[in-house]
Amino acid sequence: MSSSTSVGDLVSQPYKYGFVTDIETDKIDKGLSEDVVRLISSKKDEPQFLLDFRLRAYKQWLGMKEPDWAALGHPAIDYQEMIYYAAPRQQEKKLSLDEVDPKLLETFDKLGIPLSEQKRLSNVAVDAVFDSVSIATTYREKLAEHGVIFCSISEAVKDHPELIERYLGTVVPSNDNFFAALNSAVFSDGSFVFIPKGVACPMELSTYFRINSGDTGQFERTLIVAEEGASVSYLEGCTAPMFDTNQLHAAVVELVTLDDASIKYSTVQNWYAGDENGVGGIYNFVTKRGHCRGDRSHISWTQVETGSAITWKYPSCVLQGAESVGEFYSVALTNNLQQADTGTKMVHVGPRTRSTIVSKGISAGRSSNSYRGLVQIGPKAMGARNYSQCDSMLIGDQAAANTYPYIRSQQPEASVEHEASTCRISADQLFYLQSRGIGFEEAVSMMVSGFCRDVFNQLPMEFAAEADKLLALKLEGSVG
Amino acid sequence: MIRPDADTLLEIVDLQARVEDKPILKGVNLTIKAGEIHAVMGRNGSGKSTLSKVLAGHPAYTVTGGSVLYRGANLLDLEPEQRARLGLFLGFQYPVEIPGVSNLEFLRVSTNARRGEKGEEELDTFAFEDLVRERLQVVQMDPAFLERSVNEGFSGGEKKRNEILQMALLDPLVAILDETDSGLDIDALRIVAGGVNHLASPDNATLLITHYQRLLDVITPDYVHVMAGGRILRTGGKELALELEDRGYDWVDQELAVLEVV
Repeated sequence: MSSSTSVGDLVSQPYKYGFVTDIETDKIDKGLSEDVVRLISSKKDEPQFLLDFRLRAYKQWLGMKEPDWAALGHPAIDYQEMIYYAAPRQQEKKLSLDEVDPKLLETFDKLGIPLSEQKRLSNVAVDAVFDSVSIATTYREKLAEHGVIFCSISEAVKDHPELIERYLGTVVPSNDNFFAALNSAVFSDGSFVFIPKGVACPMELSTYFRINSGDTGQFERTLIVAEEGASVSYLEGCTAPMFDTNQLHAAVVELVTLDDASIKYSTVQNWYAGDENGVGGIYNFVTKRGHCRGDRSHISWTQVETGSAITWKYPSCVLQGAESVGEFYSVALTNNLQQADTGTKMVHVGPRTRSTIVSKGISAGRSSNSYRGLVQIGPKAMGARNYSQCDSMLIGDQAAANTYPYIRSQQPEASVEHEASTCRISADQLFYLQSRGIGFEEAVSMMVSGFCRDVFNQLPMEFAAEADKLLALKLEGSVG
Repeated sequence: MIRPDADTLLEIVDLQARVEDKPILKGVNLTIKAGEIHAVMGRNGSGKSTLSKVLAGHPAYTVTGGSVLYRGANLLDLEPEQRARLGLFLGFQYPVEIPGVSNLEFLRVSTNARRGEKGEEELDTFAFEDLVRERLQVVQMDPAFLERSVNEGFSGGEKKRNEILQMALLDPLVAILDETDSGLDIDALRIVAGGVNHLASPDNATLLITHYQRLLDVITPDYVHVMAGGRILRTGGKELALELEDRGYDWVDQELAVLEVV
């Protein structure tokens, strides 16, 4: 009837985090070699064990091939055309925020992550990572009073090398896959969290990743350890400027829970997705895995994936401890020419382990969105239970949604349930809402957030509303 | 209630519309004033439902000619949501299910959209709960329906009651009820009709689209229009509906045939 309500007529909302901060950067030459790995390690003044870890990973990587089983297509990545280390030129990490380059503080302000004492989020401690380095971590002293360590992984290497040596690479071994090996060889920074025995972390922890340089890969590494009876909720956010070239982001996240510990890990991923013709955007190849090492321990992944040109990501749980619990709640939204192949692996090793998978895929434009999940029940996982629910929502008539569930059980006493559904936002549903005075865009966002509610309910409260808004923004103009 | 001095709410002049390439409305004329209840009757395919959808702004229909003035303004220029906010209401023949969207939240957002247009303050969750509980009585609906997703898993009768509940909340000036009686048993029909009668006032108007006399036994129309071939063929009082009930639609077909030859 009117022009603004026909298919694809509206212009998509521009990506509002696409700016570049003009700051002097210390970059190394492009390309990857053993010398580059050594150079990164020496720039960070690392102990021998870490250099050895990197070199071993590099050698493994040389013998590996990029995985090609995902339902993704992209031009070959030239690993020699990329820069593996870039850092804003400033001295040592500052003890006080007053000493941090104001341009950096301003950048994070613009991203809605104020770091200064007066404006910082109350009750959320933030580690801000800019290109390859962490520039500031808030509330460190307050956390330290509780024995909680929250700092960049580079600092942890210096200050707590024994913890790094004990845990790094024990959940995601360096030869786990091509991208994990690459990350292990060249990772620059990321966050480290350690919650000692019996401590419930008194505030939300959050890391904000910002890519700034155009030709730099980002390889961050996150390690979270919760000792016996400890608990923590952690959130990561990510944005990048708009460039018309593709940038590689290959992160590794490792979580470890000992007896009765719990980690809740939430992600709101909004890397630059490329333009409506698929030019530019981040290639997001990420390995995230949690290891429920202790009995009755609990790891929960919640992810809201809205950005990146390509998303390849399967946050997983190895449920080793008896009665340990793994959860995966995911909303993956693709628009324009974005491609996502994402899901989880729940590996039940211990007896009476339980896992829940709730995946909501939303595909708009000409995008492709696949859920890929593995539920594996080992021979000793007596009484293990899994419940999976995979729902897809199609918007428009040119998007694709796929579901690839893999179930392997070696345990006759286990129970595995899988439910899947596909729906489409219909013109009649939209008209119905409109005919009740609800605007077109609001009608779409009501339906989408209704579809995602099971997942948003899992996000920390401060971020659930944000995620809702983010989705509405991403979908603007995609429905008709 | 017919009053010569009442305000004209809706003035449809020579309205023509098509869906895809198929012309459906071929020149509809209809004037509705405040306080009036109109009934449009006709066979399937006569264009009755199309008329209601075109008035509400359904994107599948294209207006190819004529005009519609709503309280003096060009209705056809407005988005569907603007029409609703200004007080035009369409009660659907087949209300759609909207999984995941809470009925209560939906009702609140739409009520506030209409209230905002009227210059009334938005209702917060608590104030709205009070209002909705009061209006539920108009259609004798169980509050449990508020907690469910919009129309999801509702029976035919429950969906229609939910429509009238929306009408009660939105306080429309012109309510178009498309086959509201279809699929209702006699008790549900009484409840729904009771709601419509209760909401009718000297300030608003109702346009009933129906097949059957039985709805008009419980809601008395001031005017009855017979529609065929995309036009209104004949207009009369409530006795015209009875005549249709008596004689069937065959004579309408004959009149239409004559008209189409001319």
